[in-house]
Amino acid sequence: MTIFDIFTNQLLNGIVLGSFYALVALGYTMVFGVVKLLNFAHGELYMVGGFAGFLLLSFLAPYLGPGWFGVAVSMVLAMIAVGFLGVVIERVAYAPMLSAPRLSILITALAVSLVLQNGMLTLTKGQYVPFGAALGFGGVRLGSLFISYNQMVLVGVAGALMLGLELFVSRTQYGRAMRAIAVDKDMSRLMGINVNAVIAVTFFLGSALAAAAGTMAGAYYGSLWYFMGFLIGLKAFTAAVIGGIGSIPGAMLGGLILGLLESFGTQLPGVGSEWKDVFSFSVLILVLVFKPTGLLGKPEQERM
Amino acid sequence: MAQFPERPSPWGGLGAILDTPAKRWTAIAVILVAMAAAPFVFGSYGTVILTNALLYVLLALGLNVVVGYAGLLDLGFAAFFAVGAYTVGISTLHFGLNFWLALPLAVLIAIIAGVVIGAPTLRLRSDYLAIVTLGFGEIVRITARNLRETGGASGLIGIDSPWLFGWHIRTPLDFYYVFCVLVILGVIASVRLANSRLGRAWLYVRHDEDAAEAMGIDRVRVKLAAYIVGAIYGSIGGAFFAANLGAISPESFSFRQSVLILMAVILGGMGKIPGVILGAFIVILAPELLRDFGDLRLLIFAVGLLLIMLFRPSGIWPVRSKR
Repeated sequence: MTIFDIFTNQLLNGIVLGSFYALVALGYTMVFGVVKLLNFAHGELYMVGGFAGFLLLSFLAPYLGPGWFGVAVSMVLAMIAVGFLGVVIERVAYAPMLSAPRLSILITALAVSLVLQNGMLTLTKGQYVPFGAALGFGGVRLGSLFISYNQMVLVGVAGALMLGLELFVSRTQYGRAMRAIAVDKDMSRLMGINVNAVIAVTFFLGSALAAAAGTMAGAYYGSLWYFMGFLIGLKAFTAAVIGGIGSIPGAMLGGLILGLLESFGTQLPGVGSEWKDVFSFSVLILVLVFKPTGLLGKPEQERM
Repeated sequence: MAQFPERPSPWGGLGAILDTPAKRWTAIAVILVAMAAAPFVFGSYGTVILTNALLYVLLALGLNVVVGYAGLLDLGFAAFFAVGAYTVGISTLHFGLNFWLALPLAVLIAIIAGVVIGAPTLRLRSDYLAIVTLGFGEIVRITARNLRETGGASGLIGIDSPWLFGWHIRTPLDFYYVFCVLVILGVIASVRLANSRLGRAWLYVRHDEDAAEAMGIDRVRVKLAAYIVGAIYGSIGGAFFAANLGAISPESFSFRQSVLILMAVILGGMGKIPGVILGAFIVILAPELLRDFGDLRLLIFAVGLLLIMLFRPSGIWPVRSKR
């Protein structure tokens, strides 16, 4: 393999990985922007989304087949189901805590994440679960670079979802209300915005995107694990910070950058794939030290 | 007139019950006798479990300074525990250092790590600390797993047990008493800290950061101090943990470990020393009692944590009744 082949291959890997990070980072950043809450459970919603997709696919496969159509329908249903789960979590666990000290709500979010994670550990007995999709191995060969249809569809779907979200936030009434609440929640309420409903929509969309990423990850990598949300939660947070937390284009950009950094970073001499995670967390710490507002974030006014 | 709330005591209301010196000394004497006699009551298996519980008390006391006193969420506390254990393991095995020289070295390295991680992140929103410490915990664990010096995934074995003035600290009973002494020192230091100028600054920063800064408290320095105190407790716990077991592996320092220590602090009641001790004992003893539940144990803990946060955020330890 020439240097150029390695470069194009890693570019492809980085874009695929970055699409997952970006989808999960969007949920982080939306919730953070609207309710100023670091939703630790977000990575677990990705995991639950993967399992929901798996469960739906195993019900639907006899009718729709385990191919593209079955996976797509399962993904949409999983997004709706996990979206509602996100709303329930917000109502049950976060809403009563929004006026409590910040430490309390952070611990509550951690507790929710542990309940989801260990609940799935109990259900799956800690085993890897094969996803059971059959998407085929076709693809396009460009010189020495092989791009599978799976990768194309994955990146395409991720891009379409992100575009949809961006249009929702910038063009619809709910989107405008979300942006208003992000600026000033109390004032928005005085202006007649139904703040609780908008927060519910925010959680629904963020969780649904995480579930989409989870289902696609299950179909793409072939198996699911109860702990799979932990690392991606951390990585997606890193992506959100790189792009500037609270900024939707920032989360997409940050996800892509982190994906590329990881796939190229592991090619550096001395940085093997076993150091991949150390590499991205170091990036997180460095960004927080030198540019805590991220690439597209607004300067932080409030400090606590 | 504004009613100033009374400063919370680290004893969590015990002071109101034990209100005379005679009662206090009696209580202390009873506790000391119970600690000394416990191994003979609970047998050798019980002693090992109690030693483990005391280790958790020590770690939870340290995390309590960060979470309970200063109000910062640290999700990677096991990292300092690991730094202490690995420093002792490497310096005694590879460099032939005496345990008692390795111990201060471990503390020093933990402090440096605490400053490197804490100084940049403590300037930002406190949420960031939570996730950066989470990342730091993973960095330490993965590093320990990947390096040759730390023994990779299988870890280090054959760490010597220390000598103290001709006493070879070797048997589980010896280590039980060593951990008793460590916990007593830890409690004393923790109470003294809570009542110090620094302790009052933590209280102030925890309640209102901006007001505290307006009163001339350097919030970054004060928070960093809490984080470093936590690091010191964690590394001492790790050093004695390594000496006790003689073998350490990266998986002893996983995210789950950090979560268990955090649960000990929160379940019992953060900021209150009796609560933290109670929490540590619950976290260690409950798995012994819930042995049949297997994987469900962690789920039970997680649900317990959620219920505590929603319905009783001050923890299991009773809130002081108003006098």
